[in-house]
Amino acid sequence: MGQYISRRSVHGLVSLIGLLILVFFLSRLTGDPTNLFLPLDASVETRQEFAERHGFNDPLLVQFGRYIGDLAQFDFGTSLRQQRPAMDAALEAFPTTLKLAAVTMFLAISLALIVGALAAYRPGGRFDRTASVISLAGASAPDFWVAIVGILVFAVSLRWLPTSGTGTWLHWIMPITVLLIRPFGLLVQVVRGTMISALSSAYVKTARAKGVKERVIIFVHALRNSTLPVITVAGDQAAAIVNGAVIVETIFGWPGIGRLMIDSIIQRDFAIVQATVLLTAVAIFVMNIVIDVAYAVLDPRIRHN
Amino acid sequence: MSEASGPVLIAPEERPIRQVALLLWRDKFAFVAAAYLSIVAFFAVFGPWLVGDLATSLNLRLRNAPPGSIEHGWAFVLGADALGRSILARLIVASQNTLGIAAAAVCAAMICGGTLGLIAGYVGKWPGAIIMRFTDVLMSFPSLLLALVVLFVFEPGVKNVIIVLAITRIPIYLRTTRAEVLEIRERMFVTAARVMGAGSIRIVLRHVVPIVAPTLVTIAAIDFALVMLAESALSFLGVGIQPPEFTWGAMVALGRNYLGSAWWLAFWPGLAIMLTTLALNLLSSWARMATDPTQRWRLEITDKYDG
Repeated sequence: MGQYISRRSVHGLVSLIGLLILVFFLSRLTGDPTNLFLPLDASVETRQEFAERHGFNDPLLVQFGRYIGDLAQFDFGTSLRQQRPAMDAALEAFPTTLKLAAVTMFLAISLALIVGALAAYRPGGRFDRTASVISLAGASAPDFWVAIVGILVFAVSLRWLPTSGTGTWLHWIMPITVLLIRPFGLLVQVVRGTMISALSSAYVKTARAKGVKERVIIFVHALRNSTLPVITVAGDQAAAIVNGAVIVETIFGWPGIGRLMIDSIIQRDFAIVQATVLLTAVAIFVMNIVIDVAYAVLDPRIRHN
Repeated sequence: MSEASGPVLIAPEERPIRQVALLLWRDKFAFVAAAYLSIVAFFAVFGPWLVGDLATSLNLRLRNAPPGSIEHGWAFVLGADALGRSILARLIVASQNTLGIAAAAVCAAMICGGTLGLIAGYVGKWPGAIIMRFTDVLMSFPSLLLALVVLFVFEPGVKNVIIVLAITRIPIYLRTTRAEVLEIRERMFVTAARVMGAGSIRIVLRHVVPIVAPTLVTIAAIDFALVMLAESALSFLGVGIQPPEFTWGAMVALGRNYLGSAWWLAFWPGLAIMLTTLALNLLSSWARMATDPTQRWRLEITDKYDG
């Protein structure tokens, strides 16, 4: 098992480095940052001096070498906009997004397990068909539009919830609901699918013949064996939630890493773009390892290989 | 072909189509979805030609005209935007860009991913290893963010949005193709072809591709909805389609500024995105059930819960 995990970690590390190279060269292609930071009437000497000081005049490869050298010393560059270490800005925004993602995923998984299991109990029944259409609609809804309609109904018309910002627990309701919808919809379908096949399996028939209660059969016997595919999809969705976080944080004005990333891309703040990409990628990398461990713990076939 | 075998061949040709139509009719949701998609597809092809002028003609007296009234004609039943243009007409015209971009991106991803997957699976060795590491990099990061970073390098526009969306979807096709090729190339008929002296290119094109292609097309059908949502999100964030071109996602972004005063600007295009994605998902889940022999009976018997 240790070997399995370390092999997966090395794979992840290689893609992490590849990603860093990709983002570095891509962001350097976006144009000369000198023009963005200095006023239009700045003299040629000022521009030269500025580019020289920040090393924009060196060949790309030299800049990249310097970047990697700094990385090795845990120096992630300095933000030109904010005049402070880029990683500080990224780390400051990170917990907000992490909290948002953690609460969302917890709710999505718990709700999906219950709804999916009950839907699978009687495939084609009324509950199943309602749940299927709702979960399909959830998986199909564009999150930015759900957010806008949510603001329209609950903030502008009914005035129940605040339009944007953070602070009270009321601020959490809309962002979490919007983020929740897609993972919930997809997970319900996965749970339903695996549960239908689990419920028609031989060990469920045995349990039924022994007189085990239906509730125990659904939530203990069948559900336990359906967790593996659910974990895979939940892991994918947890990584994809960063996609949603960009949109939700932009619309609801949350100071999270998604918004920081969008803002710094627009302002050509290379250091912060790299720091946020690195931080997100590391977070996803760690999560993938946790999922691999969970797999090994839950599935004896992997554990003993 | 002899005349006698003609009618025998036609009969099984006709029945599957009727059977598919019958199975579709059995599932009312899938039937409505198919009907809706046909209408959208019709507008995507002929829309700009039918109502193209209406979608761009300004009418300042109808600025932000509310929906629900046909006083100014059917074109304004969904209201008008901030410049007094008919929202219905703009929805119809935008369907071409919205669906066209998604279709182009999916096709490009399928072809590139399929080709790279064939190389990775059939050739293997170092080209295969490089290709697989490349997909690992693409998959290690959320696709929308990757697209965001890349779109700031290139000028946003129809062509580049297609390229970026295609790149983020390549790994799916690549991995599927590679996995299938690895299995197919060990099969007896491939060995037989090689023994008979067929070259690699002939084996791949004649024996491997026809088996992999249907799987890829199935994935592409499901992927289409996902790519459409991604394009809408990019356009909404302002890095996708740029004016004067517009898609449903860009229309939502534009309408966001008038949320307090004219909700219909952002509402209808978003609803169009959602209904189209929903219809695609319903249809693909129906297709999965209809082609799965263990699930198909659910469509073939009359539903007892209907009664």
